[in-house]
Amino acid sequence: MRVAILGMGSVGKGLLQVINQKDLGITVTAVADSKSALMDRDGISIEEVLEAKKIHGYCGDTSLSSVDVVTKAAYDVLVEVTPTNATTGEPALTHILQALTRGRHVVTSNKGPIAREFERLHRCAAKNGVMLRYEATVGGAIPVIHVLQQGLAGNRVRAIYGVLNGTCNFILSRMAAEGLSYEQALLEAREMGYAEADPTYDVKGIDPAIKLVILANTFWKKTVQLEDVDITGIDMITNDAIRLAEEEDCTIRLIAEANPERGILRVAPRLLPLSHPLVVEGTLNAITIETDLAGEITLIGKGAGSVETASAIIGDILFIRDFHAGSHKKAP
Amino acid sequence: MKLEMKDAPGQLVAALRPISEVGGNIIAVIHQRDRKGERGEMLSVQIVLELPDQRLSDLIRLIREQGVNIQRIGHERLLYEKTVIVIGHLIHTDLGDTVDRIDCTGFAEVTGLNISMPAITQVSSARLVIKAVNKEDMEQAMEILRRVSREKDFLLVEPLEEVE
Ligand SMILES: NC(=O)c1ccc[n+]([C@@H]2O[C@H](COP(=O)([O-])OP(=O)(O)OC[C@H]3O[C@@H](n4cnc5c(N)ncnc54)[C@H](OP(=O)(O)O)[C@@H]3O)[C@@H](O)[C@H]2O)c1
Repeated sequence: MRVAILGMGSVGKGLLQVINQKDLGITVTAVADSKSALMDRDGISIEEVLEAKKIHGYCGDTSLSSVDVVTKAAYDVLVEVTPTNATTGEPALTHILQALTRGRHVVTSNKGPIAREFERLHRCAAKNGVMLRYEATVGGAIPVIHVLQQGLAGNRVRAIYGVLNGTCNFILSRMAAEGLSYEQALLEAREMGYAEADPTYDVKGIDPAIKLVILANTFWKKTVQLEDVDITGIDMITNDAIRLAEEEDCTIRLIAEANPERGILRVAPRLLPLSHPLVVEGTLNAITIETDLAGEITLIGKGAGSVETASAIIGDILFIRDFHAGSHKKAP
Repeated sequence: MKLEMKDAPGQLVAALRPISEVGGNIIAVIHQRDRKGERGEMLSVQIVLELPDQRLSDLIRLIREQGVNIQRIGHERLLYEKTVIVIGHLIHTDLGDTVDRIDCTGFAEVTGLNISMPAITQVSSARLVIKAVNKEDMEQAMEILRRVSREKDFLLVEPLEEVE
């Protein structure tokens, strides 16, 4: 299986390391970052490219770009792991559309294009007889998309509830455990590298809302947009509120909820009993799926991280190899 | 509910015993004697009681087992309970009014209020217990609370309730 990787940040590097360490039958034939690209149809040296990135800050030939990789490199699967842009989905949207149109499978961790253009991208993939997989966009290492699409095939999903943002969960669980104020817990999250310098996307609930849109598009209808989600963040939560919840053996968590029967698409802080399976600690993510046949299923796992996200990406690549073998067009 | 039984010693006690067995609480008992010709002296009793969720059908069965006839079951009141947390300038925005908006509906009530107040300029947090007659009324009460929260810039933290 030949893959081309766009993006050499935390996820891209983690993926390269895992492919290098494990004998998975995956050959990397191209990589690109924002300034350069490198292609070799027989496979590039992963060690050399990681070393070059470390020394120069870019991975390859500065006269080449990501678009050259997408349109010219020899690969079966394009792995798109450039930064998320929730408004336009770019540059990933263009990368993905070009690869699909070229008859190549795509695997991505990039929430922007999947949330924005779910239907269009899936139509494009179907038209070209290739697969588009996006396990890593939701819940990090948790294989929730596989569970929804394969494991629970034939079920009707009645509702999904989830802790989909590790940063918010970290802040709320630290407030509860240590009696910290919201500001103190946010500061700690920054120091630990869990929160961005500008934490707005996380604490205002936008990031989990984007993931909810992706889940809803997967199991409900393909046209759900971010604007359809009723979003409330955690930045108004006080320590007193958490204490008041605890007096009733409850706590507060940011829950993303999609319920087709009741027409609900909502991200909001909610009261949950301390014994509830969605009450997970730290940066963990947790997702409960309610279906007509299987009943209730809860998945808990690491919601982010370089190798954890690589796990989800590799699951998608190998799924394509094992279940779509030979049906992709051979690269010239 | 309204019960009918023979006016004989021990009958009333027998009719009331199942209420405590299902964890209920008697609020008022009103009784009157009716003359009922051939069936002899009958006692008609009205009971106002509080029951835990979902126990009404058990109670009906147990009372009937005592040979007591249930003539009528009146309105169920305030059987459904929900705890929420509200964060905001609760005092400055007239807490009494916030509570009133629920109470004045007649179908839902704020039956518990715990409030913590930090420094005057900071927001306060409160835990509210709301009771309503049934699920639909509770949903309506929550809708009112959501509206008030939007109006007064509160953050309303609702419980997560899953699909039944
Ligand atoms: N980190 C996680 O745990 C995690 C988990 C789930 C999903 N994701 C998603 O995965 C994606 C990657 O995350 P990350 O943490 O690895 O991000 P990151 O550390 O910011 O890395 C992004 C990489 O993309 C490169 N890039 C930017 N524009 C490009 C372009 N036009 N063409 C080619 N490469 C370009 C950057 O190049 P330079 O190196 O030259 O700047 C960088 O190497 C994001 O969409 C993120 O939302 C991340």
